[in-house]
Amino acid sequence: MRTVFARMGRPLEMGLKTALAGVAEIAASVLVVVAFTTLVLLVAGAPPLDTFAVLVKGSLGSWSKLSHVIKVWIPLTLASCGLLFTFKAGLWNIGVEGQVMMGAVATTLAMRMGGPSPLAGMVTALALVAGMAGGALWALCAGFLKTKAGVHEIFAGLGLNFVSQGLVLWLIFGPWKQPGIASMSGTETFDERLWIPSIEALNLSPAALGMAVAAVIVTAYLLSSTRLGLYLRAVGGNEKAAVLFGLKPHAVMTAAMLCAGGLAGLAGAFQVSGVYHRLIPAISSGYGYLALLVVLLAYYNVWAAPVVAFFFACLNTGAIQLPMLLSLDSSLSGVIQGSMVIAALAVHSVSTRSRRSRG
Amino acid sequence: MTIALRSIHKHYGDIRANDGIDLVLRPSTVHGILGENGAGKSTLMKILSGYVRKTSGTILVDSEEVDFKNPAEAASHGIGMLYQDPLDFPPLTVLENFMAGQRMKAWPDRSLFRKRLAGLCREMGFDLDPETPVVRLTVGERQQLELARHLAAGRRVLILDEPTTGISSLQKDVLFSALRRLSSGGATVVLVSHKLEDVETLCDEVTVLKKGRVSGSAVRPFSTGALLEMMFGREPAPPLRKGHEPGAQALFLEGVHAHGGRTGLAQCTVKVNRGEVVGLAGLEGSGQDVFLRVAAGLTRPTRGRVHVSRKDMTGRDHHAFKTMGVAFQPAARLEEGLIAGLSVAEHCAILERSSFSLDLDASASLAQERIQSFQVAARPESPVESLSGGNQQRLLLSFLPDDPVLLLLENPTRGLDRESVRWVWERLDAIASNGAAIVFSSSEIDEILMVSDRVLVFFEGRIIHDVRPEDTDALMLGKAIAGRV
Ligand SMILES: Nc1ncnc2c1ncn2[C@@H]1O[C@H](COP(=O)(O)OP(=O)(O)O)[C@@H](O)[C@H]1O
Ligand SMILES: [Mg+2]
Repeated sequence: MRTVFARMGRPLEMGLKTALAGVAEIAASVLVVVAFTTLVLLVAGAPPLDTFAVLVKGSLGSWSKLSHVIKVWIPLTLASCGLLFTFKAGLWNIGVEGQVMMGAVATTLAMRMGGPSPLAGMVTALALVAGMAGGALWALCAGFLKTKAGVHEIFAGLGLNFVSQGLVLWLIFGPWKQPGIASMSGTETFDERLWIPSIEALNLSPAALGMAVAAVIVTAYLLSSTRLGLYLRAVGGNEKAAVLFGLKPHAVMTAAMLCAGGLAGLAGAFQVSGVYHRLIPAISSGYGYLALLVVLLAYYNVWAAPVVAFFFACLNTGAIQLPMLLSLDSSLSGVIQGSMVIAALAVHSVSTRSRRSRG
Repeated sequence: MTIALRSIHKHYGDIRANDGIDLVLRPSTVHGILGENGAGKSTLMKILSGYVRKTSGTILVDSEEVDFKNPAEAASHGIGMLYQDPLDFPPLTVLENFMAGQRMKAWPDRSLFRKRLAGLCREMGFDLDPETPVVRLTVGERQQLELARHLAAGRRVLILDEPTTGISSLQKDVLFSALRRLSSGGATVVLVSHKLEDVETLCDEVTVLKKGRVSGSAVRPFSTGALLEMMFGREPAPPLRKGHEPGAQALFLEGVHAHGGRTGLAQCTVKVNRGEVVGLAGLEGSGQDVFLRVAAGLTRPTRGRVHVSRKDMTGRDHHAFKTMGVAFQPAARLEEGLIAGLSVAEHCAILERSSFSLDLDASASLAQERIQSFQVAARPESPVESLSGGNQQRLLLSFLPDDPVLLLLENPTRGLDRESVRWVWERLDAIASNGAAIVFSSSEIDEILMVSDRVLVFFEGRIIHDVRPEDTDALMLGKAIAGRV
């Protein structure tokens, strides 16, 4: 493991220069976003300063709020890490949303089959593995549709997202409905012994947090210091040339899809086993789609992605208070996130263009 | 319009692409910019056309100082450039490309533009069908279209970067007479080339660049020896052809038909033996491209069989061909041959395919070896897209396997100067002597005649001639290529 970190040191150092240039860029985008959001708030007739204050206090104002932020951060970061694999390979894995849902479904299935046995810990661990497998298999469907049938991964993913949402609803209202009634509140809650252990006071699972952090580190290592990462970038950079260099683009793309699906599936598994303790209709909470924005804003950088994910998690959490305190709709956080990405992309393309003409 | 460049510098990190260049371009003159690959010609012209910003120096247009921030600003001063790789919109038609970038109303009158295009074509002797999609044009035709577009937009300074690369000699004649007409009409024409012949035929005045500086200049009539000395410091000897002993069969195409390219490939039966160097002659896109890709397993034939070393490989993929010792290198270096975004060292790392975790130090030192032995002006960590065309070509060649059975090379010396071409062929000759078959395409008839043991002439997707170079000459080949057998 020591050599692993020694090797990772180099990309880190090389990344430092780019990171400094990046900081200026991020500062510029934040300015643009703040200006734009202020404008939106003014148009909506809300006091901008109060709104920003609510967002900050609502997310970082207390330990329990922070723990709520972290609960959002975990699935968002996992899905974002997964998307890094597909983006590097030049794939737009829109299907990540469905992969989160299928991870949740597979975990639920495993928990129902395992039941509250004396080996509950074992069942939970297996259920997490099942979640990863579920997401990965679902990603494989999109991958095969692309490589074998020539369906663009965006359309394949979008279609599969609808299928998986339908499947979740059908399970909740059909085979897995609560005894007596089928309800929007989801399936029956699992036996408490099957839950991922969490810190009572904060309702936060250290195991889930640890695995999300590990996912970031493993992703960084795989992408920057292994043959897999290199092959992904090669195929993403030029599929035709990659063939001449002896790579098989379809196999590499499939590997990227498996990694992305596995991590998205793990996100879904934590939603089921650590947060809701059952399958609910909105089990993915849109974190898959949000992760797409995270990765775009992080400009495909492994280290920036968790930071952006944290920021987005703060926005989501802080916005919960808006309707109560300022009678603003909480969808404002979506407006901020969306305009943030657009502003960042704009600032980035302006700065690359001027860099190019300066040489 | 007179343009004066004073002490132009352009530095890319430690590389001084332009290192203090002075140059005056006058109207009614065709001015040649001559120099070997990497001399800094393209960089200087991109600065003049606003595509690249200079590090320092002054540009005067009719004694007024200008500093172009983008091509549009240069265009508003009447300066237009035809880049080495055409910048058009392939899926659109000729007419749509012609209209793009011109001032027009929201609902333009197509017939007006059609008339304008037809008029320009007549005047310049171009032959362009307005409704053909640009993807189907040859490089020469795309060039004519670009030129027409610049003229319609009123450009009076026309810069052409290596325009004779990849076009037929017929198209070259058309282009040159159009340029002469423009220059006698008062335009300032700049011809960038590494080919002495182009400059000697067309230019009134020439400036020679070497390593980012002006190494000399001359006016018509030129002395070839003097120009060569300015380019290289000494006159290079022509490449030598060593006859090779043909060995066992390397490639056998049997009645092959295939789709692809402009013409596809029809009724192709050819045997190539190890040790043989076979040149594919023909207008660009007459089937040579499809031939090479079928032989590499990249394009599947619709009919017929492909054998490598007497093994039937029909229908197998490129990886199977690769394990049989077949290597292919495409002409479009950055589009098909190299991976933009990856460094030289990372390209080497892909080829090594050793352990799962990457050893970047090892790849870097390996890259350094290749760079040195193939004289590539780059560092291991340079991204490949930052290399000049000639250096990209050398890099590609450095990736060839050590002990191949069959090398398939599409325009392997495109964009290289004479000395580099000679150097490349010395390398390839050595590989052929070691028992590899080499099949290559080229738009330079002289090159084909000089290095090949056999020449296949392509016309409209068919092989119409299979001759030895000693039984033919440039004139006969030129006629055959144009379909006048
Ligand atoms: N964008 C770039 N980044 C780094 N180096 C460059 C870039 N463009 C050109 N160069 C270097 O500048 C030198 C001159 O290149 P170029 O002007 O393309 O030469 P020429 O057109 O005469 O062949 C070469 O050594 C090339 O590698
Ligand atoms: Mg050039």
